[in-house]
Amino acid sequence: MKPGDAKPVLWPFPGGLQLADEKHISSERPIARLATPARLVLPLRQHIGAANQPLVSVGERVLKGQQIASAEGYISAPVHAPTSGTVAAIEEMPVAHPSQLPALCIAIDSDGAEEWVERQPLGDGYRDLAPLELRNLLRERGIVGLGGATFPTAVKLQPGPGRRIDTLIINGAECEPYISCDQLLMRERAADVVAGIAVIQHMVSPAQTLIGVEDNKPDAIDALQRALAEAGLNDTRVVSVPTRYPTGGEKQLIRVLTGKIVPSGGLPAEVGALCQNVGTCAAIADAVYRDQPLISRIVTVTGRGVAVPQNLEVPLGAPMAALIEHCGGYVDGVARLIMGGPMMGFALPGDELPVTKGCNCLLASLAEELAPPQAEQPCIRCGACVEACPAELLPQQLYWYARAGDLEQARQHHLFDCIDCGCCAYVCPSHIPLVQYYRHAKTAVAAAEREREKAEVARQRHEFRQQRIARAEREKAERLAKKKAALEASKRAAKAKAEASEASGEAAEAPRQDAIQAAIERARKKKAAAAAAGVVPKNVDDLSEAQRARIAAVEARRTHQREAAGEAAEQAGSDDAGDKRRSAGS
Amino acid sequence: MRFQTPTSPHTAARGDVSRVMGQVLLALIPGAALYIALFGIGVLLNLLVAAVTAYACEALVLHLRRRPLRATLGDNSALLTACLLALALPPLAPWWLAALGTAFAILLAKQLYGGIGYNPFNPAMVGYVVLLISFPREMTLWLPPAWLAEGGPGALDSLAIAFGAAADWDAISMATPLDHSRTQLGLNALLGEVRADPRYGLLGGSGWEWISLAWLLGGLYLLWRRVISWHIPVGLLGSLLLLSLAFYIGDADSYSPPWFHLLSGGAMLGAFFIATDPVSAPSSARGKLIFAAGIGAITFIIRSWGGYPDGIAFGVLLMNIAAPTIDHFYRPPAFGQRRG
Repeated sequence: MKPGDAKPVLWPFPGGLQLADEKHISSERPIARLATPARLVLPLRQHIGAANQPLVSVGERVLKGQQIASAEGYISAPVHAPTSGTVAAIEEMPVAHPSQLPALCIAIDSDGAEEWVERQPLGDGYRDLAPLELRNLLRERGIVGLGGATFPTAVKLQPGPGRRIDTLIINGAECEPYISCDQLLMRERAADVVAGIAVIQHMVSPAQTLIGVEDNKPDAIDALQRALAEAGLNDTRVVSVPTRYPTGGEKQLIRVLTGKIVPSGGLPAEVGALCQNVGTCAAIADAVYRDQPLISRIVTVTGRGVAVPQNLEVPLGAPMAALIEHCGGYVDGVARLIMGGPMMGFALPGDELPVTKGCNCLLASLAEELAPPQAEQPCIRCGACVEACPAELLPQQLYWYARAGDLEQARQHHLFDCIDCGCCAYVCPSHIPLVQYYRHAKTAVAAAEREREKAEVARQRHEFRQQRIARAEREKAERLAKKKAALEASKRAAKAKAEASEASGEAAEAPRQDAIQAAIERARKKKAAAAAAGVVPKNVDDLSEAQRARIAAVEARRTHQREAAGEAAEQAGSDDAGDKRRSAGS
Repeated sequence: MRFQTPTSPHTAARGDVSRVMGQVLLALIPGAALYIALFGIGVLLNLLVAAVTAYACEALVLHLRRRPLRATLGDNSALLTACLLALALPPLAPWWLAALGTAFAILLAKQLYGGIGYNPFNPAMVGYVVLLISFPREMTLWLPPAWLAEGGPGALDSLAIAFGAAADWDAISMATPLDHSRTQLGLNALLGEVRADPRYGLLGGSGWEWISLAWLLGGLYLLWRRVISWHIPVGLLGSLLLLSLAFYIGDADSYSPPWFHLLSGGAMLGAFFIATDPVSAPSSARGKLIFAAGIGAITFIIRSWGGYPDGIAFGVLLMNIAAPTIDHFYRPPAFGQRRG
């Protein structure tokens, strides 16, 4: 919206929290660029979906922007080399994952040349491409949602058959405390964000486009409005929304901006909405205007545990330690390193892990800044969690079911509408790590679901096999019955005939004898005709001496065997007779 | 560098169970202070005996169950149970009444079920009902408020009575206004005659009405601090109000007026401090309203036609039984289940 326009109508979402935003810690410095480290480590799975397959081998030279791992499956995104260099290793390495399990990675030793693959930027020419072609381009450029969920953008831009997007929502809310990478992006590169929005508009042709930005980022709102005016996107409005966690949640932002509520378990497209993060928009602009795949991102390095908190533009695969070092290193008393924000991020065991597409923030906190978790006490059902839950769930009931392992009840209490926002655990006076219980229950349900599907397939296979066997037996029985019936019938017929012939005597036999005689005559004539035409058994002419000798030898052996078999049978017969005699005499 | 890896969220609001309980205790202060001022030092003695018993019983069970003492004793929940029970006892009750009731509440109604968070019944009300049924005489030793009882017991006399050293406490005790009106109305006296008795005040019982208003004040504080939600007080007082209003309109000679019901006995204390115990109440907003309305209705029925002068305690316990069922049937829809 342009200044001076009427204030847009906003809708509240249930629950949520008023949190100290702590964005000033990192938002006061401009975005700095992290020099490409000597080695980059690129996990093959940096998105939601199937893991990739490497396209390069160890020792191979790669160029900046070259695809080094292919997307496998529909929901997937390829990985590209963030710099030119040599593939140093393809093996399992530690990655930033809550499980702390290693994953397959490609390590590239940078040669410092930053030599690009050949690029062909589309520029404004994208307007001539169909949405499908553009989706394929974004897919090939490895673009995923940069708000943190890393869902492949090309998939998300496909609303599904029969669905129309009437509201495009650009998510610049950045509701989680501490994180400011989107704010800095909007402030410094609003033109890129707007260019990306124009591409999306071309692809889904929405009736309206709303950019939601929390009102604690007036600089970002100003910059976006200026960029929109420059680009001439007059029907795209920036809407300042109240700062309230988790406004940046997809369903929450859709509610706030449009009043629409995405159905429980459903997708935004079901209410005609599509949500894209501002960082994703800038990445789309990079792909279209510079032919640059997703090989870098802005990371907020913040918290009171780091000397010079700021935002960095980081090549993917850079070790987190390099970012911390660039920001002046840790401050004494640093206690926790979190990837993401304080509400939904996960604590890392160390900083020797690579930056991935989903890494929006590194938060190094002091012990007094983010207090260590307190001892869990029994739930007193006070209901503070119910009031805080933005999904309108009953967190304390869910907690009981999750704890008791009653997954069916947990599902019925809408476990899968939980967005892991952490509001319930934040307000819990008993310090129960509720989100942890829900995550555990979700994985357990997913595992049970997989197990159930497997069992279902096995059951179907088993049943099919049983049916097949039953059918085979039935058919066998039917055939047997048919045969029996036929046998009976022919017996009856023979008997009847015998009776009939007895009755009619030779008169009945005469026609049959005539027929046999005729057949014999026909066969003899045919043979004679064949002989006259010179037809003789084949393959016995033109045989060499040796072959003839071998045939003769074979014939002789056969005759010999037949004779031997005959003698043996005779012998056996006489032995048998002898046995009988002996047994009779005893 | 190695870091700890606790799960998200990594930050939490200040506040814990002991603070929640502490807020409720704080909100009890105006009512309790007025109660002591009007009915004498016996009330304070009840509070003390109950508190000591509660801590002793809680510590004993925690010791037997090999649970950490400090964390649980510090949660203030035993103290709250003790205070709620003590404030429901008559001011002249012998000391062992408070001790026995509290011991029953903590040992059987709370710890036997697993301690805080696991009790299906409100422990204070279990203790109260056990005493009411077992010791009906001692439980009706109510005093007239200080300004009614000319020559009532002083502080020393009160203590003497509490420890059984004084003989004729019958002479100075007096039925509560609720008890009196129930008895008199039951004898077919007209309400006008009944309420001419000096023990009745402007709206409720003389003195009682002021204590009730003090409970209300504390309750409003809890609402303001968002320790409790409005549903239970409104549901309880609302149903009591509507029922008593309906009968009062129908037969103003035989039924007490609604303001008398609201400002007498345990209505205010129950609505804001007892029925709002979250452990034994339903969790959804609608469930709370139904639960509280049930307590109000049971209270009115017992007060009007039952065998006891007040019915809050029975109402709370009976509706505690219903709470899980209410929770089962009144599950609020999740975000996106209703049409937006």
